[in-house]
Amino acid sequence: MAPPAHSHRSASPSQPSGKGEVSDLKSQLRQLAGSRAPGADDSKRELFKKVISYMTIGIDVSSLFGEMVMCSATSDIVLKKMCYLYVGNYAEVNPDLALLTINFLQRDCKDDDPMIRGLALRSLSSLRVSNLVEYLVGPLGSGLKDNNSYVRMVAVMGVLKLYHISASTCIDADFPAMLKHLMLSDPDTQVVANCLYALQEIWSSEASTSEEAARDKESLISKPVIYYLLNRIREFSEWAQCQVLELAAKYIPSDSNEIFDIMNLLEDRLQHANGAVVLATTKVFLQLTLSMNDVHQQVYERIKAPLLTLMSSGSPEQSYAVLSHLHLLVMRAPYIFSSDYKHFYCQYNEPSYVKKLKLEMLTAVANENNTYEIVTELCEYAANVDIAIARESIRAVGKIALQQYDVNAIVDRLLQFLEMEKDYVTAEALVLVKDLLRKYPQWSHDCIAVVGNISSKNVQEPKAKAALIWMLGEYSQEMTDAPYVLESLIENWDDEHSAEVRLHLLTAVMKCFFKRPPETQKALGAALAAGLADFHRDVHDRALFYYRLLQYDVSVAECIINPPKQAVSVFADTQSSEIKDRIFDEFNSLSVVYQKPSYMFTDKEHRGPFELSDELGKLSTGTESANDVPAHRVEANDKDLLLSISEKEESIGAINNDSAYTAPLFDTPSVFVPASQSQSEPKGSLAIDDLLGLVLPAATAPAPSPLPLKLNSRAILDSAIFQQKWRQLQISISQEHSMSPAVAAALTPQALIQHMQAQSIHCIASGGQSPNFKFFFFAQKAEEPSTFLVEYKINTSSGKAQINIKADDQSTSEAFSTLFCSALSEFGMP
Amino acid sequence: MISQFFVLSQRGDNIVFRDYRGEVQKGSAEIFFRKVKFWKDDGQEEAPPVFNLDGVNYFHVKVVGLLFVATTRVNVSPSLVLELLQRIARVIKDYLGILNEDSLRKNFVLVYELLDEVIDFGYAQTTSTEVLKSYVFNEPIVVDAARLQPLNPAAIFMQGTKRMPGTAVTKSVVANEPGGRRREEIFVDIIEKISVTFSSSGYILTSEIDGTIQMKSYLTGNPEIRLALNEDLSIGRGGGRSIYDYRSSSGSGVVILDDCNFHESVRLDNFEVDRTLTLVPPDGEFPVMNYRMTQEFKPPFRINTLIEEAGSLKAEVILKISAEFSSSIIANTIAIQMPLPKYTIRATFELEPAANGQTTDFKEVNKRLEWGIKKIVGGSEHTLRAKLTFSQELHGNLTKESGPVSMTFTIPMYNASKLQVKYLQIAKKSSTYNPYRWVRYVTQANSYVARL
Repeated sequence: MAPPAHSHRSASPSQPSGKGEVSDLKSQLRQLAGSRAPGADDSKRELFKKVISYMTIGIDVSSLFGEMVMCSATSDIVLKKMCYLYVGNYAEVNPDLALLTINFLQRDCKDDDPMIRGLALRSLSSLRVSNLVEYLVGPLGSGLKDNNSYVRMVAVMGVLKLYHISASTCIDADFPAMLKHLMLSDPDTQVVANCLYALQEIWSSEASTSEEAARDKESLISKPVIYYLLNRIREFSEWAQCQVLELAAKYIPSDSNEIFDIMNLLEDRLQHANGAVVLATTKVFLQLTLSMNDVHQQVYERIKAPLLTLMSSGSPEQSYAVLSHLHLLVMRAPYIFSSDYKHFYCQYNEPSYVKKLKLEMLTAVANENNTYEIVTELCEYAANVDIAIARESIRAVGKIALQQYDVNAIVDRLLQFLEMEKDYVTAEALVLVKDLLRKYPQWSHDCIAVVGNISSKNVQEPKAKAALIWMLGEYSQEMTDAPYVLESLIENWDDEHSAEVRLHLLTAVMKCFFKRPPETQKALGAALAAGLADFHRDVHDRALFYYRLLQYDVSVAECIINPPKQAVSVFADTQSSEIKDRIFDEFNSLSVVYQKPSYMFTDKEHRGPFELSDELGKLSTGTESANDVPAHRVEANDKDLLLSISEKEESIGAINNDSAYTAPLFDTPSVFVPASQSQSEPKGSLAIDDLLGLVLPAATAPAPSPLPLKLNSRAILDSAIFQQKWRQLQISISQEHSMSPAVAAALTPQALIQHMQAQSIHCIASGGQSPNFKFFFFAQKAEEPSTFLVEYKINTSSGKAQINIKADDQSTSEAFSTLFCSALSEFGMP
Repeated sequence: MISQFFVLSQRGDNIVFRDYRGEVQKGSAEIFFRKVKFWKDDGQEEAPPVFNLDGVNYFHVKVVGLLFVATTRVNVSPSLVLELLQRIARVIKDYLGILNEDSLRKNFVLVYELLDEVIDFGYAQTTSTEVLKSYVFNEPIVVDAARLQPLNPAAIFMQGTKRMPGTAVTKSVVANEPGGRRREEIFVDIIEKISVTFSSSGYILTSEIDGTIQMKSYLTGNPEIRLALNEDLSIGRGGGRSIYDYRSSSGSGVVILDDCNFHESVRLDNFEVDRTLTLVPPDGEFPVMNYRMTQEFKPPFRINTLIEEAGSLKAEVILKISAEFSSSIIANTIAIQMPLPKYTIRATFELEPAANGQTTDFKEVNKRLEWGIKKIVGGSEHTLRAKLTFSQELHGNLTKESGPVSMTFTIPMYNASKLQVKYLQIAKKSSTYNPYRWVRYVTQANSYVARL
């Protein structure tokens, strides 16, 4: 509501300073308070409006509280609403005054008119005053049972509000259970939707401390609840549909028939005019089919047209949100849109935030077949009046050049940019030519010819200047006047403000010196002298280093400064694939717009009701769905994605048949010996030890010590695949581990994750609250795509931890366990 | 889930401010406005509709110069919040008839009332004007429509064709007419925005139509409506068939839409058979159907541009616009723009004789030629000659330094796609019940560009 008064607001004619007016209002309200005269309500309305308008512009009218409450004894619903609005605004900061309103609000909660009952209940639960919650429980309880759906709808949200004021009161009154009942039985879909909102918030926040709440929360994504909601989906408001779909995206169907049923049911949601519904449906489709490669590809084809329609039919803002998602999809499947590239051409009247995304799209979809057209289009933008976009376009051309094999035509265009004689175009193009030469040195001849014609005086931007200087140094042999250009640049050393440029200048002149010593010697001397006198530490240090290097041995210096270089094959991707996968898991959220996973921009409590880690937590206990799956089904579905597993299964299939899959996954893995273990001789002792439920300390590992296990430091695992594997694989090792309490007490999840990462053990999800934390890690063998999955639970106050390991190749899980434990024991050591 | 909702004026004043959850600091409106206003130092770039500042996510949409803003700390669906903001603006407009700063300020109590019902504790409850009617009691205070800017696509009907009652589009859905009785009427607008890019040789590089069938109903009792489109309309082209094969994309109809989507209330039971849409229109304005078409169509205008040197420091520009549509149709509010070389210092114009209602201008600041034409009758041609004076000797290619030419226009009773509403049937309550039905077509330029 309106922010409470800023006391130092200056008075202006349109915005009265307050004091006089407020006391005027006070006396007028007083006069009207008891009046039953005809027309009194109309005068009250006018006064109330004034009060609320003051409130909106920030004048403190809380001193009228008493009078407002007195005037609210009316049957006029408009007056009542204004009064509720006022009360809701000031109650929090004036708890004593709020007490005054309890009486009349409670009375209104029992009014005959359901409208008034609902409004009063909403106001009562919006007071946000913790010492008044006792008055709230009764009305909320009866509100939930009210025969009018409006009142129930309000009451459900009231429960959520109560939870935020006093969680214990809400839980003690057993409201969550009542909401659960309502959610599954209420005929009004908005009541159901509100129950869903409320329960998700309540259970998510309770789940970290209460096992029961965690189970309740899981039950939301159970088959009965999901089916119940999906079957009614058309009755829900479009906003509630989004929520249901978001939930459905977390559901793990038991077989492919179920997947197709759900998709067929939701098929028409893709034709919805509301972009939020379409994107939520898209998410369901993408998530459901993650393990079915070919269907997943078909989903991309299917969602293409609706998303393009949303992009072009909506407001620019909506277009931006949709484009962000299209961008994510294109990065995963560039070929899908490669023939639709024209949709991403910029229109001259689009806002720059849309144009920028479109340029990124064009870069991403460019391939052998469309590059020529796309680059031609981008070149048009380079002459654009919008300079920011012109620059971006040139960069886009450069990016395409770096990702294509056939750069012939592109190089020509880039060189044409250099001839356009617009400062910013030249600057951008220079930087690109430099990168291009690093990747395709074979083009040096053509490029150098053009670059040589550029006067360094026309290049002012540091990045471009640095690029030009780099080329002068690198190709000083080919560019006849390189030493002299460098010399003149060195003469103006003091005018060069950018340290980056000065650094490049030092290096370039060194390179030039080794190629054309007589011509460069003088310039080199001047540069080193200027560098040694430079106030910038890096420049100074580099100059000193070069100086001493030359002093030590010129030929050694040449080896260091001018070694033969290999072309750069791939420029480092700025984002790891793990991060990209995380963003994909958070499809239809801000993560996609910001191109960052949520943990990078939100604190834990605000990551949305179904953050990844919570979901993985569920998997550790909720394995029922996996048990229903007949083994052949899983194998059939997952062949493509989980090749390593299926191959393995085939190899042991003869002995084992399907038992490895059909056996229920109990949390007591020791009673079941996976066939693969008994198969391999040396591990026999381990299996028996497991059978006896003994925990093997790492030190007493079986005698034939396993080959040193090497892990892939850049292992990649899609979280969906992680879940899949976690569900399917047996726990091969389960053991306890303890950490010195001092170290454990200082443990923070982030620190542990970083530490393990350094040991090539990657965290895919983590959660929990002090002192109980839970982590899911994974690691991959360096030589083969064999994965280890670890669940690690630690109590930081006792230092006790539980480790559960699952592995594709169980024969090496012992070795991995040793590695894992030793990595852990190094944690906290200096 | 959102935490706060507010509406700011162009100057950054709070017109409406509602805090639903108390999770974001109170000064957020000010923080937001400062950030948006000074997004980039050069002031050239617009702030994106979503950004994060100190853990708070700010969403905003611009509607008639007002900023509709939501804040939250939660990682929500951006399209949901942006759509919601847009929808709130539409609901308010349905109620107030006209949405602008003035009407908002006059009706802020009503707006608060609406906001209380639309969102509860940050969760969207309903944005249906229809449903809201039963919860909202304030009467709108209607502001004077006469001196207002056009607000939405439908407002373009206020000018041009005389057949349309101009007030209808600015009429509140709930307010009573001064006469007491409401007029029974329904508006169906087929609004198409066309984008065309011509290459320097006049060849069409890209073309697209983004259309929407917009409906605004003032019918009491919500009767069922049937809307019939071209029978030979076909949907989906080119691209691979859907896995579910739910649509038959075969057949070579005259109008081929790439794709379309529909409002919730639309039932498509007969759509596959005879291309009729059945719906019970809710109150207020809403899009029945959005569609997209990249099938080739005949562009309404051809643009010919010539720029050449005419002596030292001089050049001549010839711009010719030909209207390639039937002479019974008149386009209006045509504006043509052309960026000129940066070193242009002067431009003198020469219009054809008897050029009424035409304006020309040279915008010194951004070196742009502007040509406005009030009306263009189908089949006619208009030419503009401009003599340019430069401050420096020419080098290189003149055509690289100027252009592209862009054009905006509105053509009532014309639609490029040939998609038509064949008939509009209203379920009759009695034999005397015969509400006014307005089916209107309009085509507007979205991005209409000719390169040099």
